[in-house]
Amino acid sequence: MIVEDEEMKPEVRFRAAGDRHLVAELADVIDPSINRRVVALAAALERQRVVGIIDLLPTYRSLLVHYDPLVAGRGLLENVILRAFGNLTVDMSGAGKRWRIPVVYGGAHGPDLDEVAARHGITTDEVIALHSGAEYRIFMIGFAPGYAYLGGLPPALHTPRRPAPRLSAPAGTISIGGQQASIASVPLPTGWNLLGRTPVKAFDPMRADPFLFAAGDTVAFTPVGQPEFERLQVGIERGSITSEAFHA
Amino acid sequence: MSELLVLRPGPMVTLQDLGRVGLMHQGIPESGAMDPEALMLANLLAGNDPGEACLEFAMFAGVFRFTAAARLAVAGGTFRASCNGVPFPVGRSIDVPEGAEVEIGPADDATWGYLAISAGFAVEPVLGSRSTHVRFALGPIPRVLTAGDRLPLRLGTLQEGPRRRATQGRQPPQARAIRVVLGPQDDRFTDEAISTFLAGTYWLTAKFDRMACRLDGPRLAHRDGADIVSDGIAYGSIQVPGDGLPLVLLADRQTTGGYPKIATIIGADLYRLVQRRPGAPIRFVAITTEEAEAAWRRHVAARNTRLAAVRDLAPPSPASAAGMMIGP
Repeated sequence: MIVEDEEMKPEVRFRAAGDRHLVAELADVIDPSINRRVVALAAALERQRVVGIIDLLPTYRSLLVHYDPLVAGRGLLENVILRAFGNLTVDMSGAGKRWRIPVVYGGAHGPDLDEVAARHGITTDEVIALHSGAEYRIFMIGFAPGYAYLGGLPPALHTPRRPAPRLSAPAGTISIGGQQASIASVPLPTGWNLLGRTPVKAFDPMRADPFLFAAGDTVAFTPVGQPEFERLQVGIERGSITSEAFHA
Repeated sequence: MSELLVLRPGPMVTLQDLGRVGLMHQGIPESGAMDPEALMLANLLAGNDPGEACLEFAMFAGVFRFTAAARLAVAGGTFRASCNGVPFPVGRSIDVPEGAEVEIGPADDATWGYLAISAGFAVEPVLGSRSTHVRFALGPIPRVLTAGDRLPLRLGTLQEGPRRRATQGRQPPQARAIRVVLGPQDDRFTDEAISTFLAGTYWLTAKFDRMACRLDGPRLAHRDGADIVSDGIAYGSIQVPGDGLPLVLLADRQTTGGYPKIATIIGADLYRLVQRRPGAPIRFVAITTEEAEAAWRRHVAARNTRLAAVRDLAPPSPASAAGMMIGP
């Protein structure tokens, strides 16, 4: 574990969000070291089991604290959060789980693969090599149940969102937008570029552990063919292939 | 098994309870009743625990048939309700016979209503709640009800004991301006936008659902554009996208988003927004977080007093009660 210099620590800025939520903001940029601190702060407060805190939502660069003002007010919570932040040690090697996620690239699963390749003047194989060769950090679970926002997309693949969003992309869709990547957990409309699809279910309300990912986890992708996709899909459906199979 | 048959449902009828709390970090919003006090009242009138699942409806519930006698109650507003064509008053429980056709029409004073049935629905919670989230297909009944649906009821016989009535109402939604706390991104708006937001009149539009409610009125100008790095979205958050028109994010909202949020409606005043009818004027007034927390504490205390003021409608007469106690 690496404890960084005090001088390098960002300040916590509190932002009001009504009478039951409070935002503890570290920055307003997408940055792995900021996100590590946000995730570590959430984990520290979680471990403390602070009375009055109902939920802690870490995002790219801030922590949304859901609290019960019948139990604890904002003033008290700000002190608790500042103290936890002051005592924070951040493991820069990444303390979360590591995942290896199989993906079928292109075809019906990744209708934007060709366009992304053309846009960057490279082949689709090069797009696949770049996308699956990188290691990603889950910055945030947000927008929808278990929906993972990933940082770490190689700059050569940074691609603007599509001008017209698609009305729906299936669960498991692997897409990129701007400098980010994502793993869709439920069918949703999206303006991002669809590269492929994984049979792995990031969210399944009927599973004993409904949520696969957490902010702070690390993800890498493995290209697979359609037969392997189908084999995995059937195994996951039947329960013979569990989440552990995708631990790196 | 006794069932509730959906004959002709309103446009937005879902099963709701008090929601699934504490899962925002997994991307799951609270869901649950848009007007929790009305849901709790309907349940208490029907003889249920206050957090039992009810049918929630927007505008009107429609027509239903009960395959067995049941005790039910409607709350939220003065919805026009009838059983087999005979009107019955809302805000009190009513016993309906086997085969009863119950119709719940619109109210002039509310948008969201609740139909509680004694002992509730025989469905299991999903992720700790029986609430429906339509977009994410969550809940034991993960969609809007449609004609032909059959919902299993827990109890086929009438609830024991006297029927009940509410004796204390709350302030009408339009009685005062809606209180907000500025932030979290009020600094992303011009000074003029902040004063416009607090001095101007906005209108509820017909574009509303359980996720959000769009307002019409003076447009609000951003400082440095309408994009922020995504952060968490509180219940009642007022988000302003690029078009400058506010959007209030509600029970089924997305948990994170990238538009600046000018203010948050306080918990005590959420019902004042959601229960207004489309087209109603809305004014906002800013208070501090500390004042908002105090308002919530007062609101919960007053709400509990109102809910505790549910009274028996037809208590057993003293004579019969005395008669029961005379020994041989």
